[in-house]
This record gives sequence, C-alpha cells and structure tokens, in this order.
Amino acid sequence: MSEQRISGEQGRSLYDFIDVGTDAYRMTEGLTEEIVTRISEEKHDPEWMRTFRLEALRIYEQMRMPDWGPSIEGLDVGRIAAYVRPKTDMKDSWDQVPEEIRTAFDRLGIPKAEHEFLAGVGAQYDSELVYHNVRESVASQGVVYTDMESALTGEYAEMVRDHFMKLVPVTDHKFAALHGAVWSGGSFVYVPKGVHVDIPLQSYFRLNARGAGQFEHTLIIVDEGADLHFIEGCSAPKWNVANLHAGCVELFVRKGARLRYSTVENWSRNMYNLNTKRALVEENARMEWVSGSFGSHVSYLYPTTILKGAGADCEYTGITFAGQGQNLDTGARMVHLGEDTSSMITTKSISRGGGISTFRSAVEIRKSAARARATVDCSSLMLDDISRSDTVPEMDVRTGDANVGHEAKIGRISDEAVFYLMSRGVSEAEARAMIVSGFADSVSKELPLEYAAEMNNLIHLEMEGRA
Amino acid sequence: MSEKLLEVRNLSAGIEEGEILHGIDLEIRPGETHVLMGPNGAGKSTLGNTLMGNPAYQVTGGSVYFAGQDITKAPANERACLGMFMSFQNPLEVPGLSLESFIRSAIRQQTGKPIRLMQYQRKLEETMALLQMDPSYAQRDLNLGFSGGEKKKAEILQMLMLSPKLAILDETDSGLDVDAVRTVSAGIEAYHRQTDGALLIITHSTRILEALKVDRVHILVKGQLAASGGSELVEEINRSGFEAYLKEDAQA
Repeated sequence: MSEQRISGEQGRSLYDFIDVGTDAYRMTEGLTEEIVTRISEEKHDPEWMRTFRLEALRIYEQMRMPDWGPSIEGLDVGRIAAYVRPKTDMKDSWDQVPEEIRTAFDRLGIPKAEHEFLAGVGAQYDSELVYHNVRESVASQGVVYTDMESALTGEYAEMVRDHFMKLVPVTDHKFAALHGAVWSGGSFVYVPKGVHVDIPLQSYFRLNARGAGQFEHTLIIVDEGADLHFIEGCSAPKWNVANLHAGCVELFVRKGARLRYSTVENWSRNMYNLNTKRALVEENARMEWVSGSFGSHVSYLYPTTILKGAGADCEYTGITFAGQGQNLDTGARMVHLGEDTSSMITTKSISRGGGISTFRSAVEIRKSAARARATVDCSSLMLDDISRSDTVPEMDVRTGDANVGHEAKIGRISDEAVFYLMSRGVSEAEARAMIVSGFADSVSKELPLEYAAEMNNLIHLEMEGRA
Repeated sequence: MSEKLLEVRNLSAGIEEGEILHGIDLEIRPGETHVLMGPNGAGKSTLGNTLMGNPAYQVTGGSVYFAGQDITKAPANERACLGMFMSFQNPLEVPGLSLESFIRSAIRQQTGKPIRLMQYQRKLEETMALLQMDPSYAQRDLNLGFSGGEKKKAEILQMLMLSPKLAILDETDSGLDVDAVRTVSAGIEAYHRQTDGALLIITHSTRILEALKVDRVHILVKGQLAASGGSELVEEINRSGFEAYLKEDAQA
C-alpha cells in the first residue's frame, strides 16, 4: 500500500489499511466445544479457565439473540474466526515487534503517544497482545499493567480469578457468554492503595484479520484511595465481510479511589460492536467515563455503573456519530445502591447520511439509596432529513427522597446559523463542521488532547462525507 | 477597476411566498456612508440579506456587482472574501464555538494566510476595549447568552477585526440604550477612519447617524426606493416621518 492512501487527507483510509500475511495461526471458523478447547490449549489456560470457557459455551448455546436493538442478522457467529494469533509473541520493545505490525501501530501514532504522554501501553493485534510496556517510574510504585494471559498465571492470579467475569457474569447476555468462551487478549491493571498514576495508561486494540472476532478482556482494579486514567482506543480496516467485537471491561473502584476510563472507538463499517462494560464503585469513590463512538456498522454499547458504596459518584460523558450505513445503539446505565450516591449522564449524538443513533439512558435508584441524585442530559443533532436520532430514557426510582432530572433535546443545524458563519467568509462545509464541532465541544474537551484532535478530525471527515 | 464598490441594478428579490423588492438601483463608492430608511415591512432587511447572499431570499431579477464582479449568484462566503460584511439584526448563537476562535477562523479564511497570533491578540484586546466589551467575552461561546447590546457590540467587533470594504449594518442600533448606541457609533467611526470602509446603514431611527457624516440617504417603501438624496432627507424624516412617501405610493 502506498503512503498516500494512509494520509489523513484520504479520510478514513487512515484506519483502513490492511496488512496481509500477519497471522500465524487462524482458528477454524465457527464455535464448537472442540474449537473452544483448542483455544484454551493454544493459550495455555489454567484448568479453571478451561472449565469456565466450556461452561460459558454451554450458556451461549442456550441463550437467545437480543431481539430489541438494531438488526444483527448480517452477523453469522458460525462464520467468525474466534481466534487469530499474530506471527509474534508479546514484546516490551517496539523494535522487536515484527515490522509490518509495528508499522500498523506507527501509522496509528501509538509509539509516539506512548513516548509523549502515556505511562504505559498495551497493543493488541487481532487476538493477542503484541506489545506491552509500562514506565519504570509507574511500575516501581507497585502498579501492575500486564496482558490478561500473564495475569492468569502471575503474581496476581488469585486476584484475577476472584474478579474475572464476576461483574459481568457469562449469564448476562448471549455475547457475554460468547466472550467467556473465546476471550483472548486484553489487559489487567492493578493500582495499589493510595497510588496516584499521574499520566494515563493506554490499550489499543487493532483487529486486522478478515471475518474474525476480537474478544479482549480488560480488568482494572483501583485500590483504596488510588487514582488512574485509562485510555482505550480501537480501530480496524474495512473488509467486505462481517467482523465482530465482543470485548468485556470490568472495573473495580475501591473506597475513595478514582478511575477515569476514556474510549475512542473507531471500528470500520463492517464491524458488529457488541461490547460490555461495567464498573463497581465503592464508598466515596468516583468513576468517570468518557466515550466517543464513531465507527462500526452496528453497536450495542451501554456501560453500566453500580454505585455500591455510600457517597459513590459517577459521571458519564459520551458522544456518538452515526454516518451512512451505521446503526449505533448506545447508552449508559446507573444503578444506585448506596446512600448519597450521585450520577450524571451527559451525551451528544450526531446522525448524518441516513445514520441511526439511539441513546438509552437507564437510572435505577434502589430502596437502599437514600438521598440519591441523578441527572441525565441528552442532546442530538441531525444533519439531514434522512437520518434518525432517538433517545430512550428510563428511570426507576424506589426511594422517596431522590433528586432526579432528565433533559433531552433534538435539533437540526439552522440554515440561518450556517448563513451567519458563511457571511464572515467560511465555506458552507466549514460552517457546518464548526457548528457540529461546537455541539461536540463539551465532550471533546473531556478527551485527552490527542484524542480530542482525532475526534475533531473525524467530525470534519464525516461532514465531508469522506469517512 | 470601477469606481463603484457596490452596484445594484434593477434588483428584485423575495421569499417563496412572494417578491419583496421590486427593481432596486443603488450605487456605493469606496468610503461612502449610505443610509437606508423606511417604515417597518418596507424590505430593508430583505435588501441587506439579499446583498449578503442569504439563501432564504431568491433573486428574481436584476444583478449585483461588487468591486467589479458579478456576485448576483455568489454564496455568502465569497462575498465576504471580496470584502463585504453584514452586522446581523439578530446574531445567531453557536454553542461550543468561541467568539475569539471564530474571528480567527474567519480572518484565516478571508486572507488565506496564517495569523500572527500576538498581533491578532493585541488588536482584539484594543478593539474590545474601544467597544467597552469585557475581555472575558472573547472566550465565550459565540453570542450564547449575550444580551442584545453585547450581541451588537460583538458584531461591530467582528467588523473591525475583519476590515471589510463595505459593511451593511442591519438595524444595529435597534433595542440599544443611549450609552450602547454611543459605543457602537464610536466603533463605526473607527471603522470608517481606519480603513475608509464604506457603509450601508439600515435603520428606522436616526440616533446612530448623529455622529456620522452621511453621504447619501435612500428611502425604501414597499420594496421600492421612493427617494434618494443627501443627509437633509434624514432631517425631513425626523420632522415628518414616512407619511408623505406612503401617501404618494397610495396615490400611484
């Protein structure tokens, strides 16, 4: 592929490059007990994990496909290769990563970002991590940041076993069961009591293989009084067959701790993104989600936060941009269990070119959550007459003293505003992009700087119809 | 190049529901100050918007030339890049876009050159001081939550920062208190003095004109220019209003 194809000027092709011949081992398509056993052998699972996988497969077979969201008829799990191992094992130096894979991450700017503003990086290519490294200054504070496979057998094996798929049980839904059966890759993070990690850690997931699935598992435990910012980035090239992403993220925020989890998701338009994310927040702890969803053909994504401890607090800030051929069903769910817990959901969604964006917010205030406070604020912007935007709010309040608020706004770009900006010399496309960027501004400024720039770039590409 | 900066020839325009302007002729030379007056509903704002290229109005006949170029069909941004500007009667609010960064983008688009940041910053501060604007407005979202007076000042600020060859001021004085009118007038004077820019001031009151030397006054009634003359016309309107023109029209 020529350099030209990957320049930013060429739109989404920045993410669309395909590397050929980078997989060393590709599991037969489909899903049988034999295949799951082979994945387990390939990965040298401990015995309990092999049993766990087979049990998850049995549950998967019994559960029904979700029938309430966007159609996933185009997805035939039987034709997805669940496991594709790249031609390398994990390295802790980019120089040792095979050149064609390293080039892929270079193009995505990962090593540069690591050098400039990250405390540690994990890079997953198809089913396995190919690179993992954490700054010495961070590691010396006792912070553990490693791939899930090493974590299963390493020093923290017990802790991993105690938490793995406890927050998102395999019985949660069909794709959680699928994940339990075939998961591979992902990261384990443990931040010890009182440790503040000043600069972010990042995992980047790249799915290169055709017709494959990526099922990484992220498990983060931020111990009492500790503080962490974790960034997750994802992208994939466009194939003409369906790819599947069914990752799982489990976050434990202990007493008085803070975790910020930022995501910029930019899967290609053939991706079914059926991801599950959940956080458990204890006493006086704080969870912050920042989420940008741009890619995929169909997404089902509803990060859930369980505010368990008294005084626990969560803020969810998200933006979704659905373009042509995309149906993005996203949302956030807050479950208030503890007294004096508070949650705030702020989202923006943009739809264009016939794209469909649905935002589901769910706030549950259980009996035990005295004096809980919750606010939901969703705004949508539709850029033409053929696009769709829906908000589906749900509130279930079981206390008498809760303070809850909900606001939803749906709008279009006003022609008068476009004319106003144009009358100062900006082109029509630029004027529209300014209005859309402005609309997204309150979310984009929450993202790390590099990602805010990427998001603005994506908005401009989307506006020009080049994405 | 022609001596004429703006030349409007037999211009008719309107909205979908019907024609509003019927055969307007108007010439403005560089540096001149013209005033367009007329009763409510005469089509004054329609003329301003049509000259600036608002797509909500369609030209049904005639043509508009600016700096020797036929701009009858040009989009608003091309008109702006040629040196036209309009101060809006109701400036639009744009959340998430700061006043300062918007002016910067507009200058960059118009000049096609990168901006010297220090110089730009200084000019912005000085101009805001001239207009008695709180410096914090530079970082606020464009017009969002601005009072009526602040919005009009922000329009004049944009005019002074962009230095157009012709500025159309659409009812810039309406809804302003005496002090605000004085501040806005000072801004208009500064524009006139600094750049020798031409003005087309659309107004139905005369307060804003007190401090300005007016070259030409046009009276618009029912979509047609009923009279054009020198600044004495302003005094006449002050004395007897538009009554006479409305009657004439009724007899015709």
